[in-house]
Amino acid sequence: MKSKFVKMILKRVIQSVIILLLVTLMVFLVMQTIPGDPIQIFLGPTATKEQIEHYTKLFGYDQPVLVQYGRWILGLFRGEMGRSVTLQKEISEVIFQRLGATLMVVLPSFILAVIFGVTFGVAAALNRGKLIDSVVSFVANTGMAMPLFWLGILCIYFFALKLHILPVQGFVPPTKDLAECIRHLIIPVGILSLGPLASFTRQTRSAMLEVIRQDYVRTAQAKGLSRWDIILKHQLRNALIPIVTVMGGALGHMIGSTVVIESIFVIPGLGNLMITAIKSKDFMVVQNVVLILAAAVCFCNLTVDLLYGIIDPRIRDSK
Amino acid sequence: MNAGNKRNSGNAKKARRFFRILFARKEIVLCIAILLIMVFCAIFAPFVAPYNPYKQDLTMSLQPMSAQHIFGTDQLGRDLLSRIIYGTRVSFSVGIVAVAIAGSVGMILGLTAGVAGGFVDSIIMRVMDAMMSIPMIILAIFLGSILGKGLGNVMLAVGISMIPGYARLMRGQALTIRESDYITAGIICGASTLRNVITHIVPNCVSPIIVLMTMNLGNAVLAEAGLSFLGLGINPPMASWGGMVSDGNTFLNTNPVIAIVPGIFVFLIVLCFNMVGDAVRDALDPRLRGTL
Repeated sequence: MKSKFVKMILKRVIQSVIILLLVTLMVFLVMQTIPGDPIQIFLGPTATKEQIEHYTKLFGYDQPVLVQYGRWILGLFRGEMGRSVTLQKEISEVIFQRLGATLMVVLPSFILAVIFGVTFGVAAALNRGKLIDSVVSFVANTGMAMPLFWLGILCIYFFALKLHILPVQGFVPPTKDLAECIRHLIIPVGILSLGPLASFTRQTRSAMLEVIRQDYVRTAQAKGLSRWDIILKHQLRNALIPIVTVMGGALGHMIGSTVVIESIFVIPGLGNLMITAIKSKDFMVVQNVVLILAAAVCFCNLTVDLLYGIIDPRIRDSK
Repeated sequence: MNAGNKRNSGNAKKARRFFRILFARKEIVLCIAILLIMVFCAIFAPFVAPYNPYKQDLTMSLQPMSAQHIFGTDQLGRDLLSRIIYGTRVSFSVGIVAVAIAGSVGMILGLTAGVAGGFVDSIIMRVMDAMMSIPMIILAIFLGSILGKGLGNVMLAVGISMIPGYARLMRGQALTIRESDYITAGIICGASTLRNVITHIVPNCVSPIIVLMTMNLGNAVLAEAGLSFLGLGINPPMASWGGMVSDGNTFLNTNPVIAIVPGIFVFLIVLCFNMVGDAVRDALDPRLRGTL
C-alpha cells in the first residue's frame, strides 16, 4: 500500500507546513514595518509614559524582533496566539469563537454552489448550443463579474427594505433560535455561493464537453447502458478532476470573500474580526487571522489532492 | 531585407487573424466599445462631467434623479454622475497599474526561477506558494492595511497580491521552453543564457502573459472596489465606485440610487474586462483554454 500516492500526500503535508511557516515569517516581517505603536493607539493620547512602558512590557513588545517571532511561533505550536491589546482577550479564544459564524456562511454556500454549479454545467454541456446552454453561460459570466458588496446591498434593498421578507443584517446563533439563524443567513449564503456557482458551471460544462465524445462513452452507449448511467458513471466521473481542482481554489476564494460579506451583514466572523482589528491597529489579531485563513486554504488544497486519489484509481494506485 | 519583409507580413497576417477572431462575436465588440467609452470618460473627465465632482452643496443634498442631476446627488450635494465619471479614472488606473506591477515583477521572478533553477528557484517559488496560500483579497487587505490608504498604495497592494500568478506562469513557460531543441542548439552555438532568455524564452511567453493580464484587469478593478467599500482603499473625497456604494449604503432605504448606480458600473467594467479577456485568449492562443 506504500504507493506513490501516499508518498505524494505525505510530501504535500510537509510542503504545506513549510508554506505556513513561510507565511508566518512573511506576515511577521511585514508587520514590523508598520508605523505606530498598538499600545499607544490602544491607550490613547492621554496615556502616561509609565503606562505605555508597563503595557509594552506586559505584551512583550520591548523584546528583540527575533525573540518576539520565536515566542509567537512557539506559542502557535501550543495553540496560543498571544493576547489582543484592544480586546483584552486571548486571540486564539476570539478566533475560535468567530470561526463558527464564518463557517456557517462559507460551508452552506460551498455546498449550494457545488450542487447547482455541477447540475447546471452538466445540463449546459448535454444541450450544447441550445437555449439552456446560452442562458447558463450568460448567467455564469454575469455571476463571475458581480461585485459581492453591491449584490449584497441590492438584496438587502429588495428583500429586506422593500419586500420585508428577510432581515436586513445581523447574526443569530443557531443554538438560540434556529429559524431566525437561517433567515439571517439566506442572503449572505446565497450571494457568496453565486461566484463559485458560476465558475463551477463553466468548468463542469467545459470538462463535460471534453469527455462527451470519448470512445468509452460510445462503448457504453453501444453496451446499452442507460443515459443516466453513462452521464454519471462515465462522463461526469471522468470530468471530475478539473472540476475538483476548481472547487479547491474556489473555497479559498470564498474564505477571502467572506470578509466583504461579513462586513455588509454584520456577521461576527473572522473577516469582520480582521477588519475591526485593522481599523483599531490591533496587528497581533490581524497577523493571526491571516495565518488561520492561509492554513484553511492549505487544508483545502490538501483535500483536493486526496480527492484526486479517490476519484481516479490510476492516481491512487500508481506505483 | 527580403527576410525582414516576410517577417513583417507574417506578423501583419497574425495581427489580422487576431483581430478577426476577436471581433467575430458581437458581444465582444460591444464590450470593447463600452470599455473605450469609459477610457474616453476617464481621460476627458473634466470635459465630460457636467459638474465638479468635489463641489459640495448641502442645500442640494440627496436630490432624486432629475434632468439637472441625472443620477441625483449624494449626501453632500455632489453630482453622482460626475463622481461616477471621475470614478472611471480610479478604476482604470488601479486596474492597469496593478496589473502592470504584478506582470512585470511576476515575469522577472518567474523567469529568474525558471532559468536559474536549483536553490534560487526553490526560494522564489516557496515564497510565491506562501503568498498564494493567502486568498488574494485578504492579501490585498493585509498589504493595504500596512501601506495605508490612498491611490498609490491600493495599486501597490493589489499589484503585489497578484504577483504569484505571473511568476508561476512564467516559470512554467520558461521550464518547458528551456528543454526545447532550439535552446539546446543555441547553447551549442555558444549563445549566452541571457541571449537565450531574451531571444527565445521571453517572446514565447508573451501570449499567455498578455492573456493573464487582460483577464486580471477585472479582478484588480474588483479588488479596488472591494477595498474602497471596506474603507481601506481610496481616500475620500476622491471618487471611487466602491467607496460610493459604501457611502450610499447609509441612505439605502430613502435613496437607493446612490448605492446601486456606482455598483452597476463596477459590474459592467468587470464583465467587459472578463469577456474581452476570454476573447483575447481564444484569439491569441486557444490552447490556453482551461489552463487560464
